[in-house]
Amino acid sequence: MTTVLDPTSESRAEQRELVTRPESLDGLTIGLLDISKPRGDVFLDRIEERLTSMGASVNRYMKPTFAKPAPVDLRHEIATSCDAVIEALAD
Amino acid sequence: MRSSAPLPDGLVAVVKQDCPTCVLVAPVLVDLADRSSMVTITQDDPTFPAAADWVVHDADLSLSWHNDIVTVPTLLRVENGIPVDRTEGWDREAWETFTGAGGLGPGLPDWQPGCGSLSVDPNLTDELAVRFSGSAMTSRRVEIAALEDEWEAMYDRDWSDGLPVVPPTEARVLRMLEGTSRDAGDVVAIAPPDLVECTVEKIAINAVMAGCRPEYLPVVIAAVEAVCSDEFNMHGVLATTMDVGPILIVNGPIRNEIKMNSGGNVLGQGNRANATIGRAVQLVIRNIGGGKPGGVDRSAHGSPHKLGLAFAEDEEGSPWESFAQSRGFSAEQSTVTAWCGGGPTIMVDQLSRTPDSLVRHFAKSLLTSVAPRMALMETVLVIGPEHMSRFRDAGWDRARFVEELETHLVIQTDDIVRGVDGIDEGAAPEMAGNVISKFWPGGIHVVHAGGQTGLFSMAFGGWIPPPKGSVCTTKEITR
Repeated sequence: MTTVLDPTSESRAEQRELVTRPESLDGLTIGLLDISKPRGDVFLDRIEERLTSMGASVNRYMKPTFAKPAPVDLRHEIATSCDAVIEALAD
Repeated sequence: MRSSAPLPDGLVAVVKQDCPTCVLVAPVLVDLADRSSMVTITQDDPTFPAAADWVVHDADLSLSWHNDIVTVPTLLRVENGIPVDRTEGWDREAWETFTGAGGLGPGLPDWQPGCGSLSVDPNLTDELAVRFSGSAMTSRRVEIAALEDEWEAMYDRDWSDGLPVVPPTEARVLRMLEGTSRDAGDVVAIAPPDLVECTVEKIAINAVMAGCRPEYLPVVIAAVEAVCSDEFNMHGVLATTMDVGPILIVNGPIRNEIKMNSGGNVLGQGNRANATIGRAVQLVIRNIGGGKPGGVDRSAHGSPHKLGLAFAEDEEGSPWESFAQSRGFSAEQSTVTAWCGGGPTIMVDQLSRTPDSLVRHFAKSLLTSVAPRMALMETVLVIGPEHMSRFRDAGWDRARFVEELETHLVIQTDDIVRGVDGIDEGAAPEMAGNVISKFWPGGIHVVHAGGQTGLFSMAFGGWIPPPKGSVCTTKEITR
């Protein structure tokens, strides 16, 4: 029998339950996160139009660079001030 | 840090029966037990040199191991359980001085060298290292059943980049750790993308798997520090759909000490250090950081160099200051530079005899780096020795080379805006009428390496320039 040492971090990602999908968007605040890829704004402008016409209010956010994860403060702000978030990838 | 049961204070001899010199001095050991209350520690036969209360059997060799006994016989002077002085082999004069006892061993030769201590027997050292130092390692032990093929077992646990990995047994990892003075538990970096602590021990395990020798470990540790830095942005390097990965360039004395290749086939196969250092770093990101293809690694095509790419600069053959010196380090420092880039492209020029002709031709190639419509990019150029001779002969230094090259890397934006030449890709229309550089200022990194024959150089394609993408990052290598 051979014994080897575990090369991994020996940790597992924490599993979190998704929040319940809202029945309606009426009166909700939706965050739109632009990851700052070219023309992501084109897509998100259109989504904002659609959402506001459905009675939701929209907060717009932008990552400083698409090449890095969103800063913790930004994620916290979205989590505390929005009911749902849409993140746009674009190219 | 070594510890064990304390030795008895006073004079102590360490011997084994399977040593002609120890057998020779057996009467002296008896004499000194009688005259100086000397204790004798025997490594093999518990009744050698006598069945007596002054003979202690070091059955598990822990006393010998922890007190660094290399030769038998060794005489120790012990204070508070710790040896403060020692003499090895048989040397009458030395023993008499050491013990303060005259007339030792009448009839014996004046001098006879000792034998190897059992605690340094090559057949035992791995087992002893695991027995006495293994407990310092905290990684989970994974038992591979006798009927399981250990190489297949590595694959089954998803620990491989696709090539076989060396099973990281405790003995192999302990040997790897001998390559650094750092403690196994030292946290070197927070490894992306999972942002978990990456210890020297975990790096050593992955270095074993990659096929590294212990003396490569300091390079791997420094490279892990570099790629896990916030500036290098390993998370983004993984997540991008482009073909990029870390490219490691080694400078300074360690290149030659570990026999890295900076010559023929420098970017190819065949040199153990080059091949395994880059691979070890990629295994660290995979196994510790959790960055795997299909997971956070979203590359559309990847690149062969994502198996790992490390190479050394040919500093001795270069007329210029080294790449590391150009980045603020001294020639005496060993460094590793991590740069994020895609695969290399060859730049063939077999007819240019002047530096001016050669940089003009380089520029024609480089204007297409990544894509002809991309500007403000970054590159690493690997200039081959025969091309370098053009710049040497003309007296161009590194700064002059980059300056002259940049004058030919200017793009009229009218040539690259969207729609020009029937190509939809390009700069936004509002950019028209401007002049722009192919590479951002500071975006051309130049290294000298390659075989002595061949009028070729290589150019690596870049990624997103700093600060938004990845910053070329150099770390000093320390043992």
